Amino acid sequence: MERVRPKLAVWKFASCDGCQLSLLDCEDELLEIAGEIEIAHFLEATRASVEGPYDLSLVEGSVTTAHDAERIRDVRRQSRFLMTIGACATAGGIQALRNFADVREYTAIVYARPDYIQTLATSTAIADHVKVDFELRGCPINTRQLVEVISAFLAGRKPQTPPHSVCIECKIAGNLCVMVGHGTPCLGPVTHAGCGALCPSYNRGCYGCYGPMETPNAPSLSAWLSKLGMDYDALKRVYRTFNANADAFRKESERHDQ
Amino acid sequence: MTSRTIKVDQLARVEGEGALKLIARDGVVQLAEFNIFEPPRFFEALLRDRMYAEAPDITARICGICPVAYQMSAVHAMENALGVVVDGPLRELRRLIYCGEWIESHTLHVYMLHAPDFLGYEGAIEMARDHADIVRRGLDLKRVGNSIITLLGGREIHPINVRVGGFYRTPRKRELQPLAEELKRARDRALATVRWTAGFDFPDVERDYEFVALRGDGEYPLSQGRIVSSRGLDISAAEYDEHFEESHVQHSTALHAQIKARGAYLTGPLARYALNSAALSPLAREAACEAGLGPVCVNPFRSIIVRAVEVLYACDEALRIIDDYEEPERPAIDLEPRAGTGFAATEAPRGMLYHRYRLNADGKIADARIVPPTSQNQPSIEEDLRTFANAWLDLPDDTLRHRCEQTIRNHDPCISCATHFLRLEIDRGG
Repeated sequence: MERVRPKLAVWKFASCDGCQLSLLDCEDELLEIAGEIEIAHFLEATRASVEGPYDLSLVEGSVTTAHDAERIRDVRRQSRFLMTIGACATAGGIQALRNFADVREYTAIVYARPDYIQTLATSTAIADHVKVDFELRGCPINTRQLVEVISAFLAGRKPQTPPHSVCIECKIAGNLCVMVGHGTPCLGPVTHAGCGALCPSYNRGCYGCYGPMETPNAPSLSAWLSKLGMDYDALKRVYRTFNANADAFRKESERHDQ
Repeated sequence: MTSRTIKVDQLARVEGEGALKLIARDGVVQLAEFNIFEPPRFFEALLRDRMYAEAPDITARICGICPVAYQMSAVHAMENALGVVVDGPLRELRRLIYCGEWIESHTLHVYMLHAPDFLGYEGAIEMARDHADIVRRGLDLKRVGNSIITLLGGREIHPINVRVGGFYRTPRKRELQPLAEELKRARDRALATVRWTAGFDFPDVERDYEFVALRGDGEYPLSQGRIVSSRGLDISAAEYDEHFEESHVQHSTALHAQIKARGAYLTGPLARYALNSAALSPLAREAACEAGLGPVCVNPFRSIIVRAVEVLYACDEALRIIDDYEEPERPAIDLEPRAGTGFAATEAPRGMLYHRYRLNADGKIADARIVPPTSQNQPSIEEDLRTFANAWLDLPDDTLRHRCEQTIRNHDPCISCATHFLRLEIDRGG
């Protein structure tokens, strides 16, 4: 008798498709994963679609339309365990910059007939709409971490995704601190780990694409960044990127919005 | 009167969310629509008031499948606005990372999105049950593309090492050597891929496309070149807006890019190949010849072979760049903000990607315009559907629906890219 494999569904909301692509980018593990889990709904990969309920739903993207606000409730109803993947789903993504602007103005800049566009004034995280069981950070997520959280789900254990800052990852990697060493502004001290301190490893300051770490002290970092020459406007922009609507980053950017 | 409507509400194996609708009356196709219902993300608007240096990281997020293309069009347009040209080893490294994206994106499309159509599977996972070795070969080939992007860019999706003026850190020559070994193996796999795809059964169809692609100076185009067409267009990126326009078609929810006074055109592998096949590497040229491609391929179903040939070329070109590589003195050139407008077109895997930015004197973006390949190809994709489907109307619904889906997948549309500018209306009725 064939053993019953858990059913996986992958859902897309407003996004670039990069995080669900990460699943296809697990070149070494993909076929093994497909052996352990039934890929029941994953439109980017297959036409075949098996009806819910699903044991594990991976949700990519943010909620930006009234229809999607309804759709995520439906996804939640069909999902035993719902995990968001990436900055759009966990914080609203780069498209949440509209939350700080007038969406009608945005629409008029891009579209000749704004009356054709149906969109909400905000881009919001999945957790603002439904209960989320686990959030995987990053813009994009890290494939190694994706394999880890899927494995943890299959084994029924808690995923190992440390909530500490990128600074710790720099220490582990043995990097020279770019801020202390050559005065490069870096969001590492307030940013959630997971990337393996990529930017500092390439002589660049972290730009915060994994969003805020647990209990960040952003005002203190901003004071250091201003000593390195960043003015109010630059400080506002540095927190306003792919996780602009994450609480700690939003507050810190608003503190510099005059 | 007999009426027949074929609909696919959610297209599978494409990047993003799209749908198609076909209406026939008395055995003639009346309407063929390739709809896009991704929610808009307003990139041109949110780029305003950001610094020029932020554009490559922000525009990368338009598309997780081809972020390098967005970064390359952004850096070239910004450098054009700032009056600088990045040359020498830095230019070569940009070609190298672009080769990585072509290998990765094309291989994803050939093996995982497109081939299942020809072999009768719902997707690559299902195909792997019968053809594990082939799918494994595709994944191995795809991984090499990702290895290039990861080495040069830090990670395969939304690389962090690309900047206006060059890179943050450039690799040592010895860091590239392991890639060369992988690429030699990849080249064999790419050649096997050309032969494998050449053996598929293709519908016997032809289209009279106007092909538009970049043409490099004796090199197969990636990030630089003039915009040329098979009907005589030959312009610089700065002249794009004079020759191309977006028009609003009645009953359509999308803006369609067209060549002024002529209409639909096609960008992407078929166009690049038709306009540049002489610039392919000898190995890629021979493989194309052996696969029976000829100098121009006008059957979009055979685009899968052209993609495989381009993967082979990208492996060859990547090897050449690694062999010739000399470490640059500095990872990036110095830049001074100034007011101005910059233009660039580069060749994303699925077609030409145009960026235009107007900068203020302080280096902030005053205005941005981005025309992705899928928006340019959308009118041609709909013409494909209208043209081909007439001959398929005798097929049962399921087969016809699948054929129409294939007709769209032939062009590897990236709907996530297209959406931020496509005019759309959510219409779930009918």
